[in-house]
Amino acid sequence: MPSLVILVPLIALLILNLPLGEVMRKASFWVALGFFIFQTVLLFCHHFRCICGSERFINSFFGMDVSVDHLSFMVMFLVNIVALTSLLVARHAIKDSDARFNFINLIVIASAGMNGVTVAKDIFSLYVFLEVTAVALFIAIALQREPRALEGAFKYILLSSIATVMMLTSIAVLFFAAGDTSFASLKSALQVSGKSPVLLAAIGVFICGLFIKGGLVPFHGWLPDAYSAAPAPVSVLLAGIVTKVSGIYTLMRLVAAVFGFKAAVCDVLLFGGTLSILVGAFAALGQKDFKRMLAYSSISQVGYIIVGLGTGTALGIAGAIFHFFNHAIFKTLLFVNAAAVEESTGLRNMNKMGGLSSRMPVTGATSVMALLSNAGIPPLAGFWSKVIIIIALWVSGRYAYAVIAILAAVVTLAYLLIMQRKVFFGNIRPELDGTKEAGPGYVIASVVLAAITVGAGIFFPYVFDHVIIPARSALLP
Amino acid sequence: MLNTGLLIILSLAALWTVMTRSLIKSTIGLAFTSIVLTIIMFRLNSPLAAVFELSVCTGLITVIFVSTISLASPLTPKEVELLSAARLKRFWYLPVILVLVGVGLLFVKVPLDFPLPHNPAGHDVRTVLWNERVLDLFGQVIILLAGAFGVAVLFKERKKK
Repeated sequence: MPSLVILVPLIALLILNLPLGEVMRKASFWVALGFFIFQTVLLFCHHFRCICGSERFINSFFGMDVSVDHLSFMVMFLVNIVALTSLLVARHAIKDSDARFNFINLIVIASAGMNGVTVAKDIFSLYVFLEVTAVALFIAIALQREPRALEGAFKYILLSSIATVMMLTSIAVLFFAAGDTSFASLKSALQVSGKSPVLLAAIGVFICGLFIKGGLVPFHGWLPDAYSAAPAPVSVLLAGIVTKVSGIYTLMRLVAAVFGFKAAVCDVLLFGGTLSILVGAFAALGQKDFKRMLAYSSISQVGYIIVGLGTGTALGIAGAIFHFFNHAIFKTLLFVNAAAVEESTGLRNMNKMGGLSSRMPVTGATSVMALLSNAGIPPLAGFWSKVIIIIALWVSGRYAYAVIAILAAVVTLAYLLIMQRKVFFGNIRPELDGTKEAGPGYVIASVVLAAITVGAGIFFPYVFDHVIIPARSALLP
Repeated sequence: MLNTGLLIILSLAALWTVMTRSLIKSTIGLAFTSIVLTIIMFRLNSPLAAVFELSVCTGLITVIFVSTISLASPLTPKEVELLSAARLKRFWYLPVILVLVGVGLLFVKVPLDFPLPHNPAGHDVRTVLWNERVLDLFGQVIILLAGAFGVAVLFKERKKK
């Protein structure tokens, strides 16, 4: 499996680009669908130790220095789920067959990039795959070449380049100190000279780079523009998983495997995370554009993950991983709902909507589930992860941060209820009377994601014991 | 002394690359910057990095840029002049900051208060590529594929339309 996570997307890319003319263009959706399902099956086979001899041969032949632990398994599962969702949305949202074919190629490239990030054990390899993901997404945002999309893509690539420069500078300094770029060597070097101001500065610069990639305050300027300007399936991919893998997963992995939970690192994470929670939540309150509101909401929710990580405790890290999982699912669901509404009504301004639940019952109902999970209402999954993070803050003596996290959850509930009231509740506007569900792709994706959100909440003890705790053990043995 | 001279040439070439009016000149500037960087890498005993810099950045990337420029529709000379004047007016402070930071760094002594690692014996190119950095190699192949795909998608169709 470890080598296959890179090789399988490459093979899929080659198949998609076989010179078969229109045949492959028409079949591209099914080829990509088959590829993501195959990749998910492969992932489960590896996880449950159903590995065959040929896979061992492939791994030994290519000899890539990678590993798939429980956390990588969880993240790659999310990558596949969100990519499949994005694919289903693209089938309806991208009308032009050439543009859809190009997007399908880009989604496969992005999945190779994200797979590489999750399995890398070397900081330079990790950087290379972050760039693979960024390049694919930059092209995907600009794909339809509308002025707003080009502006969003330009902001994304510009800030991503700044993050790249910061991370490369930091890698150079760390390599200088360790003589190698593997996580293990860097950790050893930092254990010996962890108080060196130069190395501390390098760690700080790297964390800032990852804050840019993850869209955390004060480096979040690119995120609302990129999310709202991108075509619907790209927004789903970007908000659902890309920023989480590029910024948040990388941060989790590096803090645990290389930087260590030093007091200074934890303080930066707690402060940055809390700032993101507050700024994201209050900015979301004032938005009229559906996708822009969700973008600010993402900034706020990602703040919770960072705060959980910043506690440096076993409970806080478990909460962060669980919120990572939940946020990937319910935010993807909300972006699918936004895409369905835009597809059916042609509108993104929430003030011009109303009563859509009566015409789009599946979208309306699944949106309520995502809302409740996002706001942290029991028994949905988002409630458990937020409660764990808040308890971890309280137990570790960070009372002020815990209180802010609770208050921000109330603001979250407020802006999501406003959204629900403006878009779905009430009487249908006369001009929207003919509205109906956007298509089977949207409906299937919404129902599956809502089922995962509800299931993860109801079966919380099982999910926590069998998914989250093993994933946490990858970070905190 | 020679290294310092090369660093100054590198900075000036990079500055010219981003400030020049013509995209073709900018691409040539980037290729020249890469060549100077290659020389620095050879002088710092990193032949593998130097070979990659020369082949990928100076060669392949330049080819991709030139192909992209050939696919894009050029601006009129008047538009170029207007944009260039506005850019120089808006970003006049960038070269000043670059020079000031460069001069400032010459006088700053960075406290290298950590033990430097033992420098392992260099491996040959095949060992590095096929035994030690296979993952990076695949990653870079995918980046180049993505870049080439991006050029084809974002520029070729535009010309067609």
